[in-house]
Amino acid sequence: MKILGKNRGTNVPLSETVIELFIRLCGISSILFVFGIFFFVFREGADFLFGGLDLGQFLTSPEWYPTSLGNKRYGTLALILGTFSVTALAMLLAVPFGLGAAIFVSEFCSPKLRETFKIIIELLAAIPSVVWGFIGLTLMNQLIIKLFNAPIGLTMLNGSIMLALMSVPIIVSIAEDALKAVPDSYREAAEALGATRWQLIYRVLLPAAKNGLLAAVLLGAARSIGETMAVLMATGHSVNIPEGPLSWIRTLTATIAAELGEVARGGEHYQVLFIIGILLFTITFAVNLIADLVIKGIRKA
Amino acid sequence: MLKTFLNLILLSACCIGFGGCAPNGEMTATAQKSKQAIIKNKGSDTMVNLAQAWAEAYTDVSPTASVEVSGGGSGTGVAALINGTVDIANCSRQIKPMELAQATENTGKVPQEFIVGYDALAVYVHQDNPLDRISIRELAEIYGERGTLTKWSQLGIAHEDCPSDKIIRISRQSNSGTYFYFREALLGKTRDFALGSLDLHGSKDVVEVVERTPCAIGYSGMGYATEHVKMLDVAIESGAPYYAPNLQNVLDKTYPIARPLYMYSLGEPTGEVKNYLDWIFSREGQSIVEKLGFVPLENEGSP
Repeated sequence: MKILGKNRGTNVPLSETVIELFIRLCGISSILFVFGIFFFVFREGADFLFGGLDLGQFLTSPEWYPTSLGNKRYGTLALILGTFSVTALAMLLAVPFGLGAAIFVSEFCSPKLRETFKIIIELLAAIPSVVWGFIGLTLMNQLIIKLFNAPIGLTMLNGSIMLALMSVPIIVSIAEDALKAVPDSYREAAEALGATRWQLIYRVLLPAAKNGLLAAVLLGAARSIGETMAVLMATGHSVNIPEGPLSWIRTLTATIAAELGEVARGGEHYQVLFIIGILLFTITFAVNLIADLVIKGIRKA
Repeated sequence: MLKTFLNLILLSACCIGFGGCAPNGEMTATAQKSKQAIIKNKGSDTMVNLAQAWAEAYTDVSPTASVEVSGGGSGTGVAALINGTVDIANCSRQIKPMELAQATENTGKVPQEFIVGYDALAVYVHQDNPLDRISIRELAEIYGERGTLTKWSQLGIAHEDCPSDKIIRISRQSNSGTYFYFREALLGKTRDFALGSLDLHGSKDVVEVVERTPCAIGYSGMGYATEHVKMLDVAIESGAPYYAPNLQNVLDKTYPIARPLYMYSLGEPTGEVKNYLDWIFSREGQSIVEKLGFVPLENEGSP
């Protein structure tokens, strides 16, 4: 204890050293987890990735026939397009609602109403994705058939609505924090200059909070890309190049979830599913990197 | 701080996809302790989930026996039976007379046949669909690659509740046993299903979606029928007689997309093997048959 104390120049109790060590370990562990998971996923798929898989076909062919008896084909183009299109449509629906709700909660609400809103929004976040999927499978399916006269309601639109509902709470709570973080002096200054409420929000608050708002949107998007159960149930899970919001599609995550359970361990199909995992990893890393660069760019400007 | 948080969220979102994939073959391996009698059970891949479920449930029933299940196909099971290296062989087809003779000659025991359940698929359509029957030929053209039937009117019906007239194909994920069996029954071993079908996860979901989708056609275990869907009568080809998917027609072998599931033991089963088979025929064992989407031997208490 004395030696430790000497290093620090003051007397530090042992408990503090232990706690400090523990906290440091927590920090390091997140890095270990990232690499551990990546290593595991990569190891399971590496054999086939470097020996036998036609990468061109994998990325550009829509033909996904992993269990064909005569002619196995592992093309994921339809799945990649499915993932991107359903996420993009979900964000198109969720971002205006999410940011709008955040602005309302942080700027227009009375404190009492704000608390009620926050509780309800948190409740929305607590609904498990399988429940959303079930709503998509039953309620939304019929609703879309009736509203759009579609042959079936298990479509990209259905999945996107479910994803939007799931990512709105994330967007709202992070965006609201970002708006809250804008110093009140900004608001006071703007009002002193005679700005209307709309001018205050549009010209002062949004530019001041744009980093946090962007983070909110990207976290919502990440939630959508990674979501599995709801899209598995609501989008129709069909290998199909998406043509519009009413086409039935399949995503990368849903393919892994649906097929990994019944696949022979170590076989080609098993490994291809892990290669899809690697692909997902790459996509999320890319999204992450772009987010970092964009935020840095904004900071400089 | 925010960046780390962002990283973590992105990562965890990415990993959700790997959540539901716990290995399902490890229960029996851990259950094997020294003093236990081990029943070796091998064969049909269609039955491997069923056999696994039986084996897992049986560990609670009889702590002294443990069942070791492996797949590999009906042929592998029969080969093991001929070599005498297995106690029970699972088979989704009947044993051939030649195999029976080989096994008898090799082991000195006559394999005993047990039908433990049925794998019967019903073809489902929406209850407002005027179609009542369909042939295997027509199903092949609906589901198969380069199939020619894409509209309900091509089947000679006017389906008013489906304005687009489009046949929406409901299928299963591509490695389920149901998918394999239906594909083989319709298309043989060389042709694939066409892409663009809705590959649902689970027999129950198929019925649930067909129930709510006027344009849909789907296939699933007979046991999953509800009063809100219609099951079609099935014939091999359009001239041949049509049969309704019911237990009687399955037992008569007249319904074309059904097959019995067999288990073979070497000689008259004795000891733990006999206990195990007896338990499989019990209400509890047969309830597992139903739970996994197969047809149990007696139609008891199905909802």
